[in-house]
Amino acid sequence: MEGIVGYGAYVPRNRIKVEEIAKVWGADAPSFKKGLLLEEKSVPSPDQDTITMSVEASKNALKRAQINPAEIGAVYVGSESHPYAVKPSGTVLAEAIGATPEVHTADFEFACKAGTEGMFVALGLVKAGEIKYGLAVGADTSQGAPGDALEYTAAAGAAAFIFGREKLIAKALVTYSYMTDTPDFWRREYQFYPQHGGRFTGDPAYFKHVTGAAEGIMKKAGMKPKDFDYVIFHQPNGKFPFRVGSLLGFEKKQIEPGWLVNKLGNTYSGSSPMGLTATLDISKPGDKILIVSYGSGAGSDAFIFEVMERIDETRDLAPRTRQLLDHNKNYLDYGVYAKFRQKIKKAL
Amino acid sequence: MREVAVIGVGMTKWGELWDKSLRTIFVETALLALDDSGIDKIDSMYIGAMSSGVFVGQEHLASLLADYLGQTPLPATRVESACASGGLALRMGFIEVASGMSDVVLVGGVEKMTDLNGHEATYALGTAADQEYEGYHGITFPGLYALIARAHMEKYGTTREQLAMVAVKNHFNGSKNPLAQFPYEITVDSVLNSVMIADPLRILDCSPITDGAAAAILCPVEMAKKMKKPVVKIIGSGHATDTIALSSRKDVTWLEATYQAAKKAYSMANKEPKDINLMEVHDCFTIAEICVTEALGVVEKGKGGEAVELGKTSLEGKIPVNTSGGLKAKGHPVGATGVAQVVEIVKQLRGEAGARQVKGARIGLTQNMGGSGGSTLVHIFERE
Repeated sequence: MEGIVGYGAYVPRNRIKVEEIAKVWGADAPSFKKGLLLEEKSVPSPDQDTITMSVEASKNALKRAQINPAEIGAVYVGSESHPYAVKPSGTVLAEAIGATPEVHTADFEFACKAGTEGMFVALGLVKAGEIKYGLAVGADTSQGAPGDALEYTAAAGAAAFIFGREKLIAKALVTYSYMTDTPDFWRREYQFYPQHGGRFTGDPAYFKHVTGAAEGIMKKAGMKPKDFDYVIFHQPNGKFPFRVGSLLGFEKKQIEPGWLVNKLGNTYSGSSPMGLTATLDISKPGDKILIVSYGSGAGSDAFIFEVMERIDETRDLAPRTRQLLDHNKNYLDYGVYAKFRQKIKKAL
Repeated sequence: MREVAVIGVGMTKWGELWDKSLRTIFVETALLALDDSGIDKIDSMYIGAMSSGVFVGQEHLASLLADYLGQTPLPATRVESACASGGLALRMGFIEVASGMSDVVLVGGVEKMTDLNGHEATYALGTAADQEYEGYHGITFPGLYALIARAHMEKYGTTREQLAMVAVKNHFNGSKNPLAQFPYEITVDSVLNSVMIADPLRILDCSPITDGAAAAILCPVEMAKKMKKPVVKIIGSGHATDTIALSSRKDVTWLEATYQAAKKAYSMANKEPKDINLMEVHDCFTIAEICVTEALGVVEKGKGGEAVELGKTSLEGKIPVNTSGGLKAKGHPVGATGVAQVVEIVKQLRGEAGARQVKGARIGLTQNMGGSGGSTLVHIFERE
């Protein structure tokens, strides 16, 4: 059986509150807080990017996996904010953790679903017997245009998973993908900020694909919402995961442990994977977990995991996700945030 | 002039119709109207559409829709009078049948608005204002109607709560209309706490962005009498204009074009406001319904807000206004709105309005308005 051998997350320590952003744009902070269930979001420091966060998260995953990194046969980084347009993020990560040179590396990009794409492929290669261990990371330092609704959510964070066949923390029971060509959110080359289709990102995009994938995998597994202890949906804002959960028949208590967005923001490729790391942190052997990602463009990957006994001896070998989220925080004002996010034009 | 009847009406579910194109929305609706009429041959067609060129990049609309309805070489005409385009299409069809030029005319209205984002749609709608004297200075329709609302509040003591009650009433009616975009009830509190758009108007004071179409089939009354359906006659038609720019008006709280169009329609129909059993009016913003009921002579000048508060215009009131849910709850695909008002009145007069049926309704009125009141169409209908 294949599954997760190690997992880890990373959250930058900087935060900005919804009120601080709303104040600058003359927007109605209470309506964002109440309507989208948002309070604050993480912000990367100027020297942090998708690669540095991938390294941090992967190191945490290695601490739990307790394997020799040289035995990792594949390193995949999923992100929509790879620092280089040409040249992979994965090579830096593989080098930093000591997985080179006998390793297959690739960068994935599919809006917010790139992280679970890497997971899908790494797990598949392990299953096929091509590699002993595969590492997949979802990480982003996502950008939202100043004043746009996305600015309240676009955050930074990473989650890493090492897949293998032995010493499992969680067994991967079923996988499933659901995809159509639906242009709800995009960024063309040389554009700094993404664009989105407003309300079109809702029903025909997020809800259609997340419900499509969730229903598809449950049918494939012969399982129902009540058969799961926990469920994680992609978290573009606070409201969507609860709404899609209730549409599918899940209860709030199944969603809450992996629901980080109110304090974290949307970490794009890291969003649902970080929900999974937070859920694994509190799970116990035998628990069944469903995770459904969503990437604009559009599609969803879904996985069903069953937690194994090894969770008890590994969960505290690295920081828990909520620990990263709730401690050592540094609040920024909008000016410093704007500088950190390169929103201020400077002389060259 | 021949007497004219509405012999068939059609409307499909309105909303964000992401998976349907403008032509599909129109054709589905037109076929429903044709089915309802039992007629399979039309002589002419008028289409009301405000801005298909900006909304979906498609002009030359009348020929396109005649083609996709399978009706070429039918003479087809697109008319435009901003949000009153649908009402104008009805009037053109009425004139053509009344004159004897054609026997059966299809009158349709359509708009596909959700292909644009909110800013672009607001711009498209804003082209119905006076571009040089209003648009270039940055004001959009919520702003213009907010000015009207503020002036009405100052002059007549209309309250913020009374504005909210218009939306609450129309959503209550809309909750009984399965074709409405937002078929559910709201409360005064939810209106007062909704997002501010242009002080004093909040989002729940504003009609939404909608995809949708509506259609009606007109024919001479003599011909209609041979059909099985109850005969609903158009007994009055009035059309008037006013300054497009709000700033050019003597009194921004008074809709002169609505008053003038109504005067003509009442006179042609030989009716008075007290004879009307129900009406569909242009509540693009809550304040609009208040001003319209005043200009139609249904309530005294300045008393529109009070009338709503006293329930005079509710479903069970003296003169039910916007039983369909109005633009607020039913939706407002601009070009379609004027024709959808006819759909509602015809259903009501035939006794087919279901849970929102006004008992014993025999005479109904529609009022469809362009921009901030620069054009208005008023029609009066009577069941034989």
